[in-house]
Amino acid sequence: MAPLLEVRDLRVEFPTRRGTLTALDGVSFDIAPGEVLGMVGESGAGKSMTGAAIIGLLEPPGRIAGGEIRLNGKRIDNLPYEQMRRIRGREIGAIFQDPLTTLNPLYTVGRQLVETIQSNLGLDAAEARRRAVHWLEQVGIPAAAQRVDSYPHEFSGGMRQRVVIALALCAEPKLIVADEPTTALDVSIQAQVITLLKGLARDKGTSMMLVTHDMGVIAETADRVAVMYAGRIAEIGPVREVVKHPKHPYTRGLMASIPPLDRRVEKLAQIDGSMPRLSAIPPGCAFNPRCPEVFGRCRVERPVLLEAGGTRAACWLYDPASEKRAPEAMRHG
Amino acid sequence: MAETPVLEVEDLAKTFDVSRPWLQRVLAGEGRRTLRAVDGVSFDIPKGTTLSLVGESGCGKSTVARLVVGLYRPSRGRVLFEGVELERARAVAEQRRRMQMIFQDPYASLNPRWRVKDIVAEPIRAFGLVKGAAEQQEMVGRLLTQVGLSPADGEKFPHEFSGGQRQRISIARALSSNPDFLVCDEPTSALDVSVQAQILNLMKDLQQRLGLTYLFISHNLSVVRQVSDRIGVMYLGRLVELSPAETLFTAPRHPYTRALMEAIPDLDMTGRQRIPVGGEVPSPIDPPSGCPFHPRCPLANDRCKAERPALLPARGTPESLTACHAVEEGRDPPPRPAGMDQRMGTTATAL
Repeated sequence: MAPLLEVRDLRVEFPTRRGTLTALDGVSFDIAPGEVLGMVGESGAGKSMTGAAIIGLLEPPGRIAGGEIRLNGKRIDNLPYEQMRRIRGREIGAIFQDPLTTLNPLYTVGRQLVETIQSNLGLDAAEARRRAVHWLEQVGIPAAAQRVDSYPHEFSGGMRQRVVIALALCAEPKLIVADEPTTALDVSIQAQVITLLKGLARDKGTSMMLVTHDMGVIAETADRVAVMYAGRIAEIGPVREVVKHPKHPYTRGLMASIPPLDRRVEKLAQIDGSMPRLSAIPPGCAFNPRCPEVFGRCRVERPVLLEAGGTRAACWLYDPASEKRAPEAMRHG
Repeated sequence: MAETPVLEVEDLAKTFDVSRPWLQRVLAGEGRRTLRAVDGVSFDIPKGTTLSLVGESGCGKSTVARLVVGLYRPSRGRVLFEGVELERARAVAEQRRRMQMIFQDPYASLNPRWRVKDIVAEPIRAFGLVKGAAEQQEMVGRLLTQVGLSPADGEKFPHEFSGGQRQRISIARALSSNPDFLVCDEPTSALDVSVQAQILNLMKDLQQRLGLTYLFISHNLSVVRQVSDRIGVMYLGRLVELSPAETLFTAPRHPYTRALMEAIPDLDMTGRQRIPVGGEVPSPIDPPSGCPFHPRCPLANDRCKAERPALLPARGTPESLTACHAVEEGRDPPPRPAGMDQRMGTTATAL
C-alpha cells in the first residue's frame, strides 16, 4: 500500500546571528494509512520540530531548507500559506500538549467545533451542530448535548483534552499529528485519553504521528517508532523490536535508563553527559562522544540508516564494511 | 529502645482559604470556602531511610513537603524533627541547617544573576559554617566535585548548564549546610530520562555515603520504586496506603493504588486493552463524604459513602497500612503484583 505520508531527507534550519543552526538533518520516514508512528527522544531532539514541519507551523525564523514532505503523493512542504491552511484541519489534524492554548477561551466548545466542521466540510449550521454533539459523545464527554454550550474553562484538564481531540477529528482528517497529547495529564486521565485515541484511530482508519517523550505511551499505542537524537533519526522500526531489542547504542542506553516498575535496581543504567547543543553537534555520528561502542569511523563519517535485524539503525556497527560490528549483526551476516 | 525517627508527622492538616472577597461573599450570600490540601496525615521517617509520597496533581504531596520544612504552618497536627516540635527546632539555626529542600524546577530555583559558587556558598555563609574566603572556596569546590561537576564550574552562571547539571547544582547547594534530612519535591520530573537516571543514582549514592534521610515527593511510581524504603500513596489530601516499597508493588491493597498501577503505560503490554479507572479526582474544596475515593471505586458500598476509613494494617499483608473499608472487611480481590505480567522485566514509564 502506498504510504499516506512520506518524509524524505527533511532539513530544518534556524538562521541566527551567530550562524545557521540545523534543527533537523536528513529525517526520512513514512506513515502508512491507518498506522500509528511514535516519535520519541529527549528534549531538543527534534521530535516536535518534525511534527511542526509536517503541519506547516514551524516557528519563524525556522524554515524547511531541504528535502520534501508528501501527503498522498502530493508535495505539501512548499505550499503557500493559504493552501496549507486548507490542508490543516481537513487533511491533517493537530493535537497539542496544552489544551488551554489550543482552545479559544472566549467561544463555547460547540461554536469552535461547528466552525471547524462548517469550514472544512461545508455543512449547514444545524447539521454541523449535530455532528459537534456526536464528536463530543465519541470522545466520551458525558451529557454532550448540554456540554456543547459550555466554555473551555468549565471543563477539567482531561475533559478539555478530549474536546481538543474532538476538534482534531471532526473534519475527519486522514492524518493526526499529536504532540505530547497526554503529557499535561495525570496518569489515570492519561490512560483514558490513550485508550480513546487508540480506539478512534483504529475505528476511523486514521493515521497518527504520536510525538512524546514517554516510551510507555508509545509502547502501548504505536505500531512503529522512530527514536530521534540531535535532530536525526537514530533508529526506526516496529515498536516491539525497538523496545525489546534496541539496536542503536543510544536507544539501548535510553531503554536501560528507564526505571523499571516491576523491580528495584541498585544502580540505574545512565548515559553520561548530555545531548549536544544544536550549535555544537560533533562531526560523524552525533552520539559518538557519549557512545560506549565508538570506533574510528564514527568520529568522521555520519552513519546512514542501516538494516540492523528487525529495525533500521543509524550506526556503523551494522555496516558490513566497518572494522567493528555488533555481535548480533555478525550473526545475521 | 528504638532510635527516634528523624521526622514524625502526626495528624497533619493544612487548609487554604479560597473564599471570594468579602463584598462579593456578602452580595452573593455565601460563606467562606476552604480547600483542604492536607487532611490528617501521619507518618514517620527513621534515620537513613527514604519515605516517598506519591499521588496525582492536587493530592497534597507537595503541601506536605512544604509543611515539613516549615514553609507553611500546619492548620492542625504537628511535625517533630528528631522528637522536637518543628517550630521550636526551626528557631535554632543549628537545627535549621540540618534540613534542606530540593525543588522540582532547576530553571526557577537558581538565581540567574549569581555565579554557581555564590549559589552553593549561600547556606555556608548564612550559617557561618566556615571562616575565610579560602576555606569557603575549597568547600564549594568539594561540593561541586561531590555532585559530579568540577570546581571550575563555580565561576559560571546557571544558564550555562543543562537541566540535569542545574539539578546537580541544587543538590550541591542543599548539601552545603551539611544537612541530615533532605526534602526532595519532584527532583527529576523536569529532566529527561537518561539524565533522571544520573540524578537518581547520585541521590542514592549520597544517601549511602552521608547517611542522609529523604522525604521524596513524586508522581512517578517507577522512580519511587527505585529510591524508597517506604511509600505513602496520597489521594485528596489523605494517605490511602502506607507500605514498605516492595510490598506496595508486589501486593498493592488500596483500590486507588491498584488503579494507579494499572494506569501506568508500560513497555511489556504493547497493544494491550486497558480498563482505565473512570472519572477524575474530585475538588478538594468539596471532597466526597466518607472515603474520598468512593465515587471512582469499584468496591464502594454504603459504608464507604458515610464513614471515613482509618489507616489500618491490611488483612494478609499487615505491613501495609490501608485506609479502605473493603480491605478491612475482606471484600477486595486477592492482591496481585503491579504490572501483573512480568515476562521480560522492562516495565516502565516516562522517558
